[in-house]
Amino acid sequence: MKTYLPSRFMVERDKDRCIRCQVCVNQCSFDAHYYDCDDDTIRAREDNCVGCHRCVSFCPTNALNVRQNPLEYKSNFNWTSQAIEDITKQAETGGVLLTGMGNDKDYRIYWDHLVLNASQVTNPSIDPLREPMELATYLGRKPNEVEVDSDGKLKTKLAPQVRIEIPVMFSAMSYGAVSLNVHKSLARAATQMGTMWNTGEGGLHPDLYQYGQNTTVQTASGRFGVHAGYLSAGRIVEIKIGQGAKPGIGGHLPGEKVSAEVSRTRMIPEGTDALSPAPHHDIYSIEDLAQLVYAMKEATNYTKPISVKIAAVHNAAAIASGMVRAGADIVVLDGLRGSTGAAPKVIRDNVGIPIELALAAVDTRLRQEGIRNQASIVVAGGIRNSGDVAKAIALGADAVYIATSALIALGCHVCQQCHTGKCAWGLCTTDLALTKRINPDIGARRLSNLLRSWSHELKDILGAMGLNALESLRGNRLHLRGIGLTDKELEILGVKMAGS
Amino acid sequence: MIQTTENEITIDAAGVSFRDLNTKLREKVACGAEKIVLLNVCGQRYIGTDLNSPVAINIVGTPGNNLGSFMDGPQITVYGNAQDGSGNTMNDGQIIVHGHAGDITGLAARGGNIFVRDDVGYRAGIHMKEYEDKKPALVIGGTAQDFVGEYMAGGVLILLGLNLKQGEHHRANYIGTGMHGGIIYIRGTVEEYQLGKEVGVAELTEDDYRVLGEYVGDYADHFDCDAKQIMNSSFIKLYPRYLRPYGRLYAY
Amino acid sequence: MRDLGHIQNPYSDGKVIDSCSIFGMMDTSGKRFSGEGIIRAIGNMHFRGNGLGGGFAVYGLYPEHPDDYAFHIMYNSDAAKIETEEYLNHRFDINLAEVVPTKLNEAIINPPLVIRYFASIKPEIAHAHCVNQSQDDYVVSRVMEINTHIADSFVFSSGKNMAVFKGVGYPEEIAEYFQLAQYEGYLWTAHGRFPTNTRGWWGGAHPFSIHDWTVVHNGEISSYGTNKRFLEEYGYECTMQTDTEVVAYAVDLLARRHNLPVEIIAKVFSPPFWHAINRRSPEQQEMLGTLRQVYSGLLLNGPFTIILAHQGEMIGLTDRIRLRPLTVGVKGSTLYLSSEESAIRLICPDLDKAWIPMGGEPIIGSLKSPIIPGSYNQNSAAAGSQGI
Repeated sequence: MKTYLPSRFMVERDKDRCIRCQVCVNQCSFDAHYYDCDDDTIRAREDNCVGCHRCVSFCPTNALNVRQNPLEYKSNFNWTSQAIEDITKQAETGGVLLTGMGNDKDYRIYWDHLVLNASQVTNPSIDPLREPMELATYLGRKPNEVEVDSDGKLKTKLAPQVRIEIPVMFSAMSYGAVSLNVHKSLARAATQMGTMWNTGEGGLHPDLYQYGQNTTVQTASGRFGVHAGYLSAGRIVEIKIGQGAKPGIGGHLPGEKVSAEVSRTRMIPEGTDALSPAPHHDIYSIEDLAQLVYAMKEATNYTKPISVKIAAVHNAAAIASGMVRAGADIVVLDGLRGSTGAAPKVIRDNVGIPIELALAAVDTRLRQEGIRNQASIVVAGGIRNSGDVAKAIALGADAVYIATSALIALGCHVCQQCHTGKCAWGLCTTDLALTKRINPDIGARRLSNLLRSWSHELKDILGAMGLNALESLRGNRLHLRGIGLTDKELEILGVKMAGS
Repeated sequence: MIQTTENEITIDAAGVSFRDLNTKLREKVACGAEKIVLLNVCGQRYIGTDLNSPVAINIVGTPGNNLGSFMDGPQITVYGNAQDGSGNTMNDGQIIVHGHAGDITGLAARGGNIFVRDDVGYRAGIHMKEYEDKKPALVIGGTAQDFVGEYMAGGVLILLGLNLKQGEHHRANYIGTGMHGGIIYIRGTVEEYQLGKEVGVAELTEDDYRVLGEYVGDYADHFDCDAKQIMNSSFIKLYPRYLRPYGRLYAY
Repeated sequence: MRDLGHIQNPYSDGKVIDSCSIFGMMDTSGKRFSGEGIIRAIGNMHFRGNGLGGGFAVYGLYPEHPDDYAFHIMYNSDAAKIETEEYLNHRFDINLAEVVPTKLNEAIINPPLVIRYFASIKPEIAHAHCVNQSQDDYVVSRVMEINTHIADSFVFSSGKNMAVFKGVGYPEEIAEYFQLAQYEGYLWTAHGRFPTNTRGWWGGAHPFSIHDWTVVHNGEISSYGTNKRFLEEYGYECTMQTDTEVVAYAVDLLARRHNLPVEIIAKVFSPPFWHAINRRSPEQQEMLGTLRQVYSGLLLNGPFTIILAHQGEMIGLTDRIRLRPLTVGVKGSTLYLSSEESAIRLICPDLDKAWIPMGGEPIIGSLKSPIIPGSYNQNSAAAGSQGI
């Protein structure tokens, strides 16, 4: 069938600069460049271009530019180019539209409507370069009180806690969705920086067991690679109920991504689809969640915090309250912007709620019920910089998860083609020719650098507020003010309007 | 608790919480117990989880949900019925139920064998998967309810229907729906509409009969019945038609 | 009007989310037995609840007052009691009023006063008001009025020869508080609750009751919004914002007002899939098709197991793809329904039969005829076993 879809990008090649070295041909995993030997020239198949800019970055003579195709449909607020092209694609395939990365629609980004406070005159700001600044965070269930015996000796034994040096952890990305070199980069960076990385639901490669102290092992509905050794290898066990990019939807890792190594780690045969059912079939109800949480606690003999991750949905506050009562030591909320290796576009674009609102609602609810101490809150989904992190902490989060930011640190240009398995940056693929584009040593360095810069910036932010410990910012919504928000939005966020 | 011999122990579980019971099991197994008899079990969950030795655990009573979940080696025998989630994500070992078992029996099991003398509830064998030498088996002497073998990604599931009366059929619907690995053997017949869209029906080959015969032999040993008589009836084989049942569902 | 929704659902969630353990037992010969067994049984499923709600319904409880409406009303203030009693005295002859005996234990915090009234409608009122509606309708309306208009009062139950006892605590604690082991009835149901909020409001525990129907429920009904809308058109105010309330009203509508038998009601709540309907006889196709079209708003979609009870009958039902558990046990003339088999075995180790019914197939115990579980013979899962 002839496709009616226009090319989305234009490849501009400066003939004067091009030396026909074919770096672009070799770098492009989507076959957008080819060498025409008849004319001794490089040409482009623009239909194939996804706009990942791998060729642009690697062209030694800066001969290339890739721009969005300026093709303009007749202007129409309802029938946008996206709407037209989605329908065209479906008419030509009859399939569910797949996409990668997080929601890219123009829903309000509340982070950008919140501003932070600083000390002026009445209390001093602190200079983080010379004075101590504490970012250390302990994740896990805290008791209501500390008990001492008559001799003043401590009686209270804390439930398992995990200390992280910076309140930023790497979010779940499974091996299979991303490459082993990405996992290696994440694991090493987390270990260097004293934070946690997360296996995702695809198991843990044998080479990575050595990073167990900084590993959160995840189990999702597919239970891939989940066995006693896996559960005990990690420091935190995370039960994934849902994901911000696709609440209520399971996962299909296509068979072609299940390579020999992936098969080994997921413990399924090579080449078969790894299907994660939409629900955990042992969780159809809140008391079932309690059952699985305790199954994990029993399986790890109560030595690790059990984390439960949900997508932020309408009833997130009530659900989170139930999760805490069901024994979750860490509650993870993944918002509307949460990313994915592959999800139906209609779900990614339309289901879930913004993380800022979910976080505020959950933190508020748990405090109203007097159970906020019983679990740590971690938020995920679209955290872009240390400012977002500080705002999340001030809204009530204990820590944040980043995934897209981490991938960008490794080279990702957010072209949203993760679901094709052809990632030219070697991230979201298991094709060995591509995965070797990530060198784990360099990857770990880039990631560590990112965390290091955010860590400095967080200290700057804290210092400016006159605080020298992150816990003094946690849930301290008085340090936030809203701009351009309605009364209802301010009420839900629990912050005042700037100027008040 | 009664220590009958050095390595054989009897524990009265009446009124003992699951946490205490499992702690006791861990202790005893760590001390080298080889056989543990649990009396008066009534609803305690997770029995056998977090144990990774081939200890024999004989349960008298009704164990609670998630019996042997994440288990890696123990040999559990239940003298009574089992509830939901037996063998959940089990890696290795054996569960033998002298009675029926509830929903999601064998959920996501990757290894080990489960023998249920009578019936199982909904979604038995859901998402069982195999890997290298690990090949879980779920042998059901009676019949199953809907969605048996759903999402099955590996292993062997056998439905014997021994308690069906003359002229009575398996009632399960959506058998093997979403199946993309493994094999289901069914004694007796099922109608086309009872099958998931992703399964095909075939006659058994000699190899199939050999595999089936071994499991039926084990079943007959466990429950003291005649394997020859069981084998002397008609079987069908269900297999996944596609390794990638949803490969064509998406537009890229 | 008083906002019960706010009391029950203080955060105005879409609805109250909770889950639980449920248990029911009935001697179909009508022989009465004490609550001792069911208290132990529901206590055995302690871990399915979280201590924020427990309750019991008992039938055949007051044979000495067979014809009186037995109002069980909780009060959180004296003013509420005075106002409610004045309201009742205007409309009913109160033949006996007494405080429900209780025994405080550590687990029970801030209990309300619970008083039971055995009452009949004043003859002149019955004459005036019960022309176009039955006496039962009249009582149902009055109960709704008390619940929605008198602050600090809530009617636990109002049926004849039955009662609901419930509160905030684990069910075994509630049973101890109301000393339920001392009562006798031929049918008991029980509930242990796992709500996701803390609000300790005694009225919010299960069972829910309307007329002499009671419902205990495990699961969350995803179609709640649709069901609520449908019932509102028939005059039900879903004031509590829970799934369970919706089930209670739906039963009241179908059983009492539309006069449908329980087997049919089960097909409304858990209808077969269309492709299964299409394989039935033409007559059945028409029946099931009509039910689905007319009562599409009462399809209970999402995971649930419910135990419904009313005078002389106990019904267990699950959703059509059986997302919540239900085990049935039979011993002689006694029928047991439970979230877990172990709870039944605890109090009756030597069942004649134990099985797991198919999704959407009702299990019915009735005084009129000895146990006739809808699917007893054709059911897949038959027979358990005991002993070595």
